Amino acid sequence: MKLQNVIEKHGRLPENLIHILLEYQAQKDNNSINEDEISHVARELGLSENRVYSVITFYSLFSKEPRGKYVIQVCNDVPCHVNGSFSIIEELEDVLKIKMGDTTRDGIFTLEKTSCLGCCDKSPAIRVGESIHGDLTPEKISEIISFYRREYDECRE
Amino acid sequence: MNRVNLTINGKQVSVLKGTSILNAAREAGIEIPTLCYHPDQFVKANCRVCIVEVEGRKELPSSCSTEVEEGMALWTNSRRVLEARKVIIELLLANHDADCLMCHRNLNCELQKIANQAGVRINRFENVLEMQEVDISSPSIVRNPNKCVKCGRCVEICNEIQGVNIIEKIGRSGEIEVLPTFGRYLSDVACTCCGQCSTVCPVAAIYEKEEIEKVWEAVNDPGKHVIVQTAPAVRVSIGEEFGMEPGSIVTGKLVCALRRLGFDKVFDTDFTADLTIVEEGNELLSRIKNGGVLPMITSCSPGWVNFIEQYYPELLDHVSTCKSPQQMFGALAKSYYLDKMNLKPEDLFVVSIMPCTAKKYEALREEMSVDGVHRDVDAVLTTRELGRMLKQAGIDFDKLPEEKYDDPFGITTGAGVIFGASGGVMEAALRTVYEVVTGKNLKRMEFHTIRGLEGIKEAEVDLKGLTVKVAVAHSLSNARRIMELIRSGKADYHFIEVMCCPGGCIGGGGQPYETTNELRMKRIQATYQADTDLPIRKSHESPAVKALYEEYLIEPLGEKSHKLLHTHYRDRSIKRAQ
Repeated sequence: MKLQNVIEKHGRLPENLIHILLEYQAQKDNNSINEDEISHVARELGLSENRVYSVITFYSLFSKEPRGKYVIQVCNDVPCHVNGSFSIIEELEDVLKIKMGDTTRDGIFTLEKTSCLGCCDKSPAIRVGESIHGDLTPEKISEIISFYRREYDECRE
Repeated sequence: MNRVNLTINGKQVSVLKGTSILNAAREAGIEIPTLCYHPDQFVKANCRVCIVEVEGRKELPSSCSTEVEEGMALWTNSRRVLEARKVIIELLLANHDADCLMCHRNLNCELQKIANQAGVRINRFENVLEMQEVDISSPSIVRNPNKCVKCGRCVEICNEIQGVNIIEKIGRSGEIEVLPTFGRYLSDVACTCCGQCSTVCPVAAIYEKEEIEKVWEAVNDPGKHVIVQTAPAVRVSIGEEFGMEPGSIVTGKLVCALRRLGFDKVFDTDFTADLTIVEEGNELLSRIKNGGVLPMITSCSPGWVNFIEQYYPELLDHVSTCKSPQQMFGALAKSYYLDKMNLKPEDLFVVSIMPCTAKKYEALREEMSVDGVHRDVDAVLTTRELGRMLKQAGIDFDKLPEEKYDDPFGITTGAGVIFGASGGVMEAALRTVYEVVTGKNLKRMEFHTIRGLEGIKEAEVDLKGLTVKVAVAHSLSNARRIMELIRSGKADYHFIEVMCCPGGCIGGGGQPYETTNELRMKRIQATYQADTDLPIRKSHESPAVKALYEEYLIEPLGEKSHKLLHTHYRDRSIKRAQ
């Protein structure tokens, strides 16, 4: 769906900003919203570009920079940290062959930090898309990545 | 019960329900240090400096955001509070470029003040600041992210008061930054150069682009004839830079101070304010008579002109073609005065003292040059910069005698003075237009409905059967409301005054730090006092203006006026892909 259609569907009101951005971003290949799109949404909703940009940078769900189909967000808050999220990050960087913040060459995965995911009982935890994976150890990472690679391949077939 | 009883530092206090702990303490004469708090803004509570101890509570709440409760017992200076506050300030300093001795805000910085007050002598935390580029791209404002404490005051004034929102908090939590749109340079976003951000910044994260050195160089060059003009709003604010009571009228001291700095002639922008009224008043009458574009809007405020060029270019025909008083002065200096003094253009240097940062941009506009080579106004200093320059020169302002402006640009009227306050240009115009049209003497010169801090003010004046309807707006969010009215065809006014800054120029972006609405009101009162103190209070009665027309300009809107005193505008909106 075109951006304008997504805006019309939700209504041209400032309070619909997040719904519009979420729906539009989800259907884009690069999982992000660029400057022209920010300007367009801002104009239609009667907001400043800067306000929309600020919202996008506030929520880790959104990105202005192109991202992979799957965004792997590693919780960066205290309970996950003391339970070893740093070793999860190391393992993810190893398996994906990228650094924190980067996107894999094939455009499938992006690795990010996020603030608390609200599942400290399962720390350390990560979020991939809308799914949470908790009680992680470095050993479990390869299997999770393979799962998403398979899902990605199946979708493309 | 509308009142709440509590104790602060063991002292019984009774305050209105709903009062914050901070204000309750201030009422009781107990000062709690603050950083992000600003009396005219929303409570932000992000700096945590104003914490207090409440008996029976484990955490230390911020006093700006916590309301008093019945029976509360609180301490603003317990050992625990003072130690925690020190840690908070040390943490702020651990992410701050603390080169205080070389800083613009040295001895005038809110962070430095509270660090000193808290007794910070060493920082127990390692400095983690990653130095970033200082943005010097704007002709008016410098943005130094290395100083920013992320309080959000600049964001609020840019968004809520000016309604342009070109700086915003980007990111979240510890990674938050205050940036222009998309992290661009200030010169690449639709910034109006108003400088309101710089007046509320507690540190040196945003400040005017300093031109002091350039002015020192000129006044010390024996080959140069250096003249200076002072804007109406400076005479009621510069005293604050020297600890004088806000609202002090210091016109005579200001003139003396400028002579002591080495200026060859000290002139008054009020003179060209009077001239603006004559030209603009005639332009209005001509538009009414000849079916020109109405409502006509004033053009004195360069922040406002930037705003309409960037945000409403399709409405530019509404703007008066009159140059601002600063630029009328510059143009006359580099033509009439140049000839009269028999000077070469390269030997005449014109300086303005302005309450404004946007005037720096205005003076740089390429159309603001009489001969197409030399700038009409060579340097613009804000009120704050003049304060610094006088301190550099060791001039004890308060003790100066009062002196008079030089001729021929020193004879002015009360109408010129009130240009400094919102509604003043309109009032000055009405005083003149009324008498020109009706031929009658205006008995009561005060137009009270267009004075003060109300966002949009209106008045009606009967001119020989024609009811002229006028409006006055100040701050760009109110300007936007007026623009929307015009756009939708609902603005049935003849004439509109728009000033970019809240309260008009007395609240300008170049005025002394820690400007609040309370201070604005004092400067406004002083402005109207200065008006009533003057023997002549109508621009068209200024003998200097009359003489200039007789000797040089011939007539309002005439050929010379057109060349020297009027200008044109252009669409400067930033176009983006659809």
